[in-house]
Order: sequence, then structure tokens, then C-alpha cells
Amino acid sequence: MDLAHSPADEAFRAEARAWLHAHVPAAALPSLETAEGFAAHRAWEAELAADGWSVVNWPARFGGRDCGLMRWLLFEEEYYAAGAPGRVGQNGVSLLAPTLLEHGTEEQRARVLPAMARGEVVWAQAWSEPEAGSDLASLRARAVRADGGWRLSGSKTWSSRAAFADRAFGLFRSGPGTGRPHQGLTYVMFDLRAPGVTVRPVGRLDGKPAFAELFLDEVFVPDEDVIGEPGGGWRIAMSTAADERGLTLRSPGRFLAAADRLHALWRERGSPQATASRVADALIGARAYQLFTYATASRFLAGERLGAESSLNKVFWSELDIALHETALDVLGAEGEAVGTEWAQGYVFALAGPIYAGTNEIQRDIVAERLLGLPRGRRG
Amino acid sequence: MCFLPDAEQRAFAQSLDTMLGKAGTPAVARDWSRGERTGGRALWARIAEAGVFALAVPQAHGGLGPRPVEVALAFVELGRHAVPGPLVETVAAAALLTGAGPAERFLADLASGGSMATLAVEGAYAVDGDAAALRLVLGADGLRLSPGHGPVRSSLDPARRLTRLLPGGQLLVPRPPVERALSWARLATAAQALGVGLALLERTVAYVGQRVQFGVPVGSFQAVKHRLADARIALEFARPLVLGAAVTMSAADVAAAKAAACEAAYTTARAALQLHGAIGYTAEYDLSLWLTKARALRTAWGSPDDCRAEVLRGRP
Ligand SMILES: Cc1cc2nc3c(=O)[nH]c(=O)nc-3n(C[C@H](O)[C@H](O)[C@H](O)COP(=O)(O)OP(=O)(O)OC[C@H]3O[C@@H](n4cnc5c(N)ncnc54)[C@H](O)[C@@H]3O)c2cc1C
Repeated sequence: MDLAHSPADEAFRAEARAWLHAHVPAAALPSLETAEGFAAHRAWEAELAADGWSVVNWPARFGGRDCGLMRWLLFEEEYYAAGAPGRVGQNGVSLLAPTLLEHGTEEQRARVLPAMARGEVVWAQAWSEPEAGSDLASLRARAVRADGGWRLSGSKTWSSRAAFADRAFGLFRSGPGTGRPHQGLTYVMFDLRAPGVTVRPVGRLDGKPAFAELFLDEVFVPDEDVIGEPGGGWRIAMSTAADERGLTLRSPGRFLAAADRLHALWRERGSPQATASRVADALIGARAYQLFTYATASRFLAGERLGAESSLNKVFWSELDIALHETALDVLGAEGEAVGTEWAQGYVFALAGPIYAGTNEIQRDIVAERLLGLPRGRRG
Repeated sequence: MCFLPDAEQRAFAQSLDTMLGKAGTPAVARDWSRGERTGGRALWARIAEAGVFALAVPQAHGGLGPRPVEVALAFVELGRHAVPGPLVETVAAAALLTGAGPAERFLADLASGGSMATLAVEGAYAVDGDAAALRLVLGADGLRLSPGHGPVRSSLDPARRLTRLLPGGQLLVPRPPVERALSWARLATAAQALGVGLALLERTVAYVGQRVQFGVPVGSFQAVKHRLADARIALEFARPLVLGAAVTMSAADVAAAKAAACEAAYTTARAALQLHGAIGYTAEYDLSLWLTKARALRTAWGSPDDCRAEVLRGRP
């Protein structure tokens, strides 16, 4: 059991650090939840991709470096420590890409992944519906067979950044109801600018037009944009959800960097005793998450598959994120109220953590039933 | 890097678990609380035979160590099985005596299980001073061999018998490696607390799975499930801190592990008591052995705030 990275991994880390040092913009980009910021972040993705840093763990033929999980973690540590911009392509990179790598065709991978890596095509996730949130399998948007493809109708909601994104991926009901809600769902990719699509931005808590509601009226999707077997979408979506909550959505680098910044802020403000324990807890939590992830990655590299354990993760990082940002706002005192600061923005974003990617209540159910073996309740 | 215990380390923890599982540790702990030590000493000999104390002692002095990762893994098992006695103190004493010149003569006896040690800062309570053959006091002028102990007081955890060590006695080492010993004490306490938390969770999951109210197992109620899910999350994130601290042995990492593991064990103890209802609140039900230990370990060798302060000090 050790924590020492190999000399080759350390060399990789040093290379990433040097590149980031030379390229990270000196001034923060405008928020990626605005039109202007979105464009600036796209340009940053292109810059990352030009030197092969946008998707380091992907296969080289799609724009990655084939570098494996451990180096991805090291890259992320360096990325956030360098204060680099948020990733506008997050949904595509952490959800659709792993799905295509596992379930897509080679043609789909070759068509979708390189453009995603360069930020040319930014993807939105279209899973939730007005009546289907935690109970996602109750979704009603339909896919109906058409010549050479499918026609999509219905509505989707809470689609992050869909106001500015190019394409979306989601689940649609395609089969006759067999009485089992998880059956007859088809996983498709579609164009947000296709005829029949209406995108209506919905302001977030801070008013930024981040989410959108999507209205679909007979939107045509060719067969080559269906992922996996028609009707077999649920299984595919669930493997993607495990990726989202598990390793790829929120890397420890982000929390390590945030906890360090919090500690620096606290010191700057004279190390007030009233918040000392909470600052220490943020440092401890970030370290715990880093080591937990190293252990998970080690298991993964030893050939184990990860399952319900990803639900442990999701609850932990989302609560850590809120505690950390709340502490920062308290350290700032009345100043913390001012909108637009990095801490206030981070706080608003953190508040959503226990809701998206499967609410924490649902994750706790999974931990209790699948990891602890407690009896299933009346849900589902 | 591979941040996982290797096959040999896992087998070691497993064999310790098997041995302790057969040893009837709850009865041993209850006897120990009453000052009856025959069972406790026999168990101590078997733990020593398994190599646990030798892991903290250098090879030059009859040990197998120092091997903090293995010590941490062992202490998780000792905590899970509620083993009584000055376990942490014996390991910390070994760290304190290592490199301490002529005082190193005590090490071989600690490694072999021939003697138990206890250890305290002058004026503070020492655990099981009435049972330990080697009583070490850290005073202003260095490390002394205490000539004896005062009256025994019971602890919130009845299996930890509190004693004050008598002042004076032979000066063993003028400048002992206190920092190192504190790190070992905190590491072993953190691992023991993690084991205590794991045992509490395991027993509570089993209980709520079979206790029926309103016609269903109480474990099918979401309020019950979520409390146990939170306990599991806290324990699962304390574990890598404990093992990571054993790898680095940095004072800040060890303090982080101690704070997190004790907090997780304590949260689990609160949930365990609540979810057992009244039966959990009785002394004769074995759950009490772990419930009370979770509380006592929380402040042993550094309160949560002491540990957090160390974490803050350790940052550049
Ligand atoms: C910032 C943000 C970004 C998002 N981005 C996207 C996106 O890009 N694409 C997308 O498809 N969706 C997205 N979502 C939507 C998100 O996935 C849903 O909000 C989430 O699944 C919860 O659904 P809901 O909001 O309908 O809440 P509901 O399911 O209505 O739940 C309401 C409350 O009831 C609780 N609850 C529900 N069922 C149970 C149960 N069985 N046991 C206990 N409690 C229960 C929930 O935990 C919650 O607290 C995003 C949400 C947010 C906040």
C-alpha cells in the first residue's frame, strides 16, 4: 500500500503543471452560464485540445492521451490548483463520452468524440422531465418509428446549459408499455437546433440562464443517433449515471484546490477562531475524498467494477462542497453577500449538488439497500 | 501507486478478525471492567503472538517494525471486537522508547506481549495503570518510570480503567520523542475508533433488519435507512484517512484521521443507540461495549479540536 506516484506519473504531472502555468488565463473568464462566458469557455476548450489536454484519459484516436485513471486524477489536481476555468463540456465529457466508449458504435465515437474534445460541439443532458425527476423511469417523452429513424415529441426540463449548447442526449419512450416503466426506453442524441425543437431558458437561483426547458415536436433523429438497442436505453443510462456519480463528475482536485483557497482566505482574515474547526474540516474532507478516490481508482485498476459505491461519493462531495462554501461566506462576513465574487458563485453552484445527479435522498436509499442490505421500502 | 492493502496485509487483518471472533471478547471486556484480568491477559498474549505489538517495535529490539500500516489494520480489528486493555498506550510506549538509548531495554518485552505499558502526561489519567507493568510518565524533565498508581476511577467506557500515575521514579530519557509517540497514539486510536464504528454499524444493520414494528422490519423505514447510510458514508471516508495517515505518518494527516474516525464512530454510536430503542440503552446488552468506547476514544489522545488545530498548523 503506498501513495507514491511513479516517476513517469510525476513527470506527467509536471508536464501538465508547466502547460497550465503557461496557458491558464490570468483573469477569470466570464461565467460560463452566460452567452459571453460560454463562448470564452469554448475557446478555452479548443486551446486545451490543441495541445492534447482536454480529455487526457480518452483514447488518443479521439483526442485524448490514453493516460489512464490515475494520471487523469493527477491532471485534475493540477488543473484546479492552477485555477483553470470550469469545463463547459462537462456533461458530454463525463456522461455521453463514457457511454459511447462503452455502448456506442465505432462510427458514433469517431463522429462525436473528437468534436466534443475540441469544444466545437457542446452537449446537454436531456433526462429530466416535468413529471419525471427522481422517478426518472416514469418519463413520457416519446420516440416514434419513422423512415430511417425516429421522431421525438414531448418535453424535457432542467437541462444544464442547454440554452447555449449544440446537441443533447436523452431517453425517450419508444416501446409499448409492458407495465414495466424501465422497458421500452431508447437512448438518442439529437440536435438542439433541429426543426421542431424549442429551447426556453430558465433562470437559476442566481438568475443566470443556465438551465433550459426543451419542447420537442416531431423532431427527426436518424438511426445512427440511437445509442445501443432501441428499447434498451435504461440499462445504458444507468451505467452512465454510475459514471456521473462515481469517479468522473467531480474529481477530488476541485475540492482540494477549494479547501486550500478557503484556508488561505481564512489566514488572510486573521485566522478567526470562530471558523477554525470548519476550515480544518474542509481540509480534512478534501483529503478524505482524495484518498478515497485513490483507493477507488486502485481497485478499478486492479480489475474490480464499481457499483453502488458511487452513491457514497455523491453524498460526500456534495455536502463537502456546501460546507466549504458556507464556511468561506461566513469567513467573509457581510462581504460574502456580494454577488459575483468567486465564493458567492461557488456557493450558489454548490447548493445544487445534493439535487442533481440523483438527489442525496435517492443516493442514501441506494447505500442503505444495496450496500447495507436493508429491506427495500415502498419506493419503486 | 496502489492505495490498497496488499494480499498479505488483508490476510493478516482477516486472521486477527477470525481469532478475535472466537475469543469471546465481550465477556473478556466485561471481566476487565471489574478488574478481573485472567481472560484479558490470555487474550493479550494471543494478540502479541499474532504480532500486533511487535509491529510497533524495531527489528533490532525483537520486533517486526515499525509498520504503521499493519498497526492501523490491526487496531481496526481490535476496535471491532471491543478488546480491552492499554492497547494504544503500549504501541505509543514502543514509539516513545524507540531510539531512547538504554530505555530501549523495555522494547523486547512489549513486542512479545510480556508486559503491558501505559503512558500519560504528568497529572493526566493513564488507562489501566493498575494492569500495566510499565508505567511511563511524561513530565517537564523528561520520561519517567512511575513507581505506582493512585486509586482506580471508572471511565465512561467501563473497560478503560483510569488511574493517576505516581510522580517521581526513575528518569529514563530526558528528551523523549514525544511527537512521534503522539502520532502513533493518535493513529492507533483513530483505527480503533474506526473499528468501533464499523462494529456498531454492523450490529445495528442486523438489528433493524429483524426488529419488526408496524408489521415491517424497522430497517425498511427511510428515516432509519438514511441515518445508517450517513453512518456508512462517514466511516467509508474515515478509512482512507486512517490508512493514508499510516502511510505518511505526518502529524497533520494523523490528526485528520483521528478527528474524522472518532467523529464517524461517534455519529454511528448515536445512530446505533437511537435505532436500537430502549434495549440499546441497557448495560447488559453488548452494544454498550462499543457505544461507550466511541465516546471515550473521541477525546483520548487529543480532542476533535486539538486535532483540527494540528491540521491547520500542518498547512504551509
Ligand atoms: C443545477 C441543476 C442542474 C441539473 N442539470 C440537469 C441536466 O443537465 N439534465 C437533466 O436531465 N436534469 C438536470 N437536473 C435535474 C435533476 O436531475 C433533478 O432535479 C433531480 O433528479 C431531482 O428531480 P426533481 O427536481 O424533479 O425532484 P423530485 O424528484 O420531485 O424530488 C423532490 C424532493 O423529494 C425527494 N424525493 C423524491 N423521491 C423520493 C424518495 N423516493 N425518497 C425520498 N425522497 C424523495 C427528493 O430527494 C427531493 O428532495 C439538474 C438539476 C439541478 C438542480
